[in-house]
Amino acid sequence: MSLNEQHTQRRPIRVPLAEKLWPFLRASVNVFGSVIVTIFGLLLITFIIGRVMPIDPVLSIVGEQASQSSYDAAYLELGLDKPLLVQFFYYLWDVIHLDFGTSLLNARPVTEDIARVFPATLELATIGIFMGMIFGIPLGVLAAVRKGSWIDQIARVVALVGYSMPIFWLGLMGLFLFYGVLGWVGGPGRVGIFYVDIVPSVTGMILIDAMLAGNWDVFKNAFSHIILPASLLGYYSLAYISRMTRSFMLEQLSAEYITTARVKGMSEWDVVWKHAFKNIRVQLITVIALSYAGLLEGSVLTEIIFSWPGIGSYITTALLSADMNAVLGGTVVVGLIFILLNIFSDLLYKVFDPRAK
Amino acid sequence: MSDTQTLRQWLLSETPTSRRHAKLSALYQGWLSLRANTMAMIGLSILVALVLVAITAPIISPHDPFTQDLSNRLAPLGAEGHLFGTDSLGRDILSRLFYGARITLYIVALVALIAPIAGLLIGTVSGYIGGITDTILMRITDIFLAFPRLVLALAFVAALGAGIENAVLAISLTAWPPYARIARAETLTIRSSDFISAIKLQGAGPIRIITKHIWPLCISSLIVRVTLDMAGIILAAAGLGFLGLGAQPPSPEWGAMISEGRRFILDYWWVATVPGLAIFTVSLAFNLLGDGLRDLLDPKAGE
Repeated sequence: MSLNEQHTQRRPIRVPLAEKLWPFLRASVNVFGSVIVTIFGLLLITFIIGRVMPIDPVLSIVGEQASQSSYDAAYLELGLDKPLLVQFFYYLWDVIHLDFGTSLLNARPVTEDIARVFPATLELATIGIFMGMIFGIPLGVLAAVRKGSWIDQIARVVALVGYSMPIFWLGLMGLFLFYGVLGWVGGPGRVGIFYVDIVPSVTGMILIDAMLAGNWDVFKNAFSHIILPASLLGYYSLAYISRMTRSFMLEQLSAEYITTARVKGMSEWDVVWKHAFKNIRVQLITVIALSYAGLLEGSVLTEIIFSWPGIGSYITTALLSADMNAVLGGTVVVGLIFILLNIFSDLLYKVFDPRAK
Repeated sequence: MSDTQTLRQWLLSETPTSRRHAKLSALYQGWLSLRANTMAMIGLSILVALVLVAITAPIISPHDPFTQDLSNRLAPLGAEGHLFGTDSLGRDILSRLFYGARITLYIVALVALIAPIAGLLIGTVSGYIGGITDTILMRITDIFLAFPRLVLALAFVAALGAGIENAVLAISLTAWPPYARIARAETLTIRSSDFISAIKLQGAGPIRIITKHIWPLCISSLIVRVTLDMAGIILAAAGLGFLGLGAQPPSPEWGAMISEGRRFILDYWWVATVPGLAIFTVSLAFNLLGDGLRDLLDPKAGE
């Protein structure tokens, strides 16, 4: 496109693939180091949290009435007689082997539990982020194009309310209104009680499992249960995504190449979507990755409200019963995903946006 | 000419006669432009009202927030003597809201003290000294920044035990890194400016430079960020209270009140609705004021 050539004379339009990948590789190596350090920090902090815990880990295993000898045996087995540094390396070793110990509540390995509950959270957050994107991006673009108009004001209010509303309260209100009063959606939980365990669990995500099994009754029921919590998360990501889209678009729309395109008589649709929007795609993807990470975390309170058996519910339940292995395991997993998504968005930005250098 | 007008003229004079005069004049002009921002003023009024309510809670509360009246439990909105009804133990919701304002302010004030000061210290030291200190401190900051805040706060509270003070500590521990980043960025730009070289030549040591010359210049961007973060802090504290990890019963903390009302949401919706509206109003107020302050103090950060 001739216009683009004018605008970006500094770099050639057609970059060979190898040349495109090279900075990606170089950035990856740099980033790899910082990922390792960050993950190390995460593990160190969770280890310290586990140490300062006022609850005696031995007592919670052997119980109050245990004899001194069984207490000592458990004490030795946990390696609590070793120096802290050695204990930390044990901990590192276990985590590298995906071993977070056993849950005190149900005596199952924490890793197994997390693998079981995680798909529920993933399903919820993924639908949430899609809703946030589908509504948030057009809203942000419109707000930027019609800056100062009523739609800009609405977008502003929508975002402001999203930033200020306690998510658990909004969830309660939604449950009250749409489930209690109107009866439009399913209540708490993933499916109604008559639909539990009908479709075999393949992916752990019930919508996909129902589709695979071809059982549309279960699909419909599961959908009626997920729609409310997912919309809730979607709204929160919408608030962030629409604001960021708006400010990215405003920056582009005030650039000179946009004026040039308009002077040349290009239609407003093409100016907005083919020129301005194309240039914010990378920034948007980084924002979406960050907000996806935020949703995984934001789902903690949502899951409680909707009795959603995801990782947020898991961590909180474990916390209230002082099941420290489960709490730390859950924290490490959420932290790891968070870190990786952060790094991913960072990397993407550095590689594909020449302005970031 | 009346006194107020002369004071106004004195404040708006183009040629300040002393340092104090210049400072007051700048403050006054800032106030004038903030006053022109309706949204920010609405936010400020709500916050002033919140402070007033918190101070006068014992006087304006119609009932004692802890007195139970089981014969009159779950009274509806507008019931006699109970404007917002009563909760499951027959306690007056309005009075509990008023007392809850104190707890909200207490949490906000503590976090607003601890986190920015810690961030300021770490950020300025890191930026001013540079070198290996900078690398290590910023690496630690990055590690904390890369964490999911609520989950980390949850884990901290799990380790420290539930309670308001521990909730404050946990929120502060997760809130300081952005302040450190801001303070460091400011320090880096200030450090190499001419006036710093000038006072260095006059024999000022690093402590004097940091405390007397760098800190005052970092304050304004920190204030903006703190005000904008307040809403998030209130929501986090309410979330911890809701989970039963913050303020403990019978404390009238708003998040805990929602958690209590949750059990009755389908039949007695107002018990959870009213405290939620209170949280929403206050965090909205902080967001409105923060937006206004940002436009005023840090115009480049806005759109």
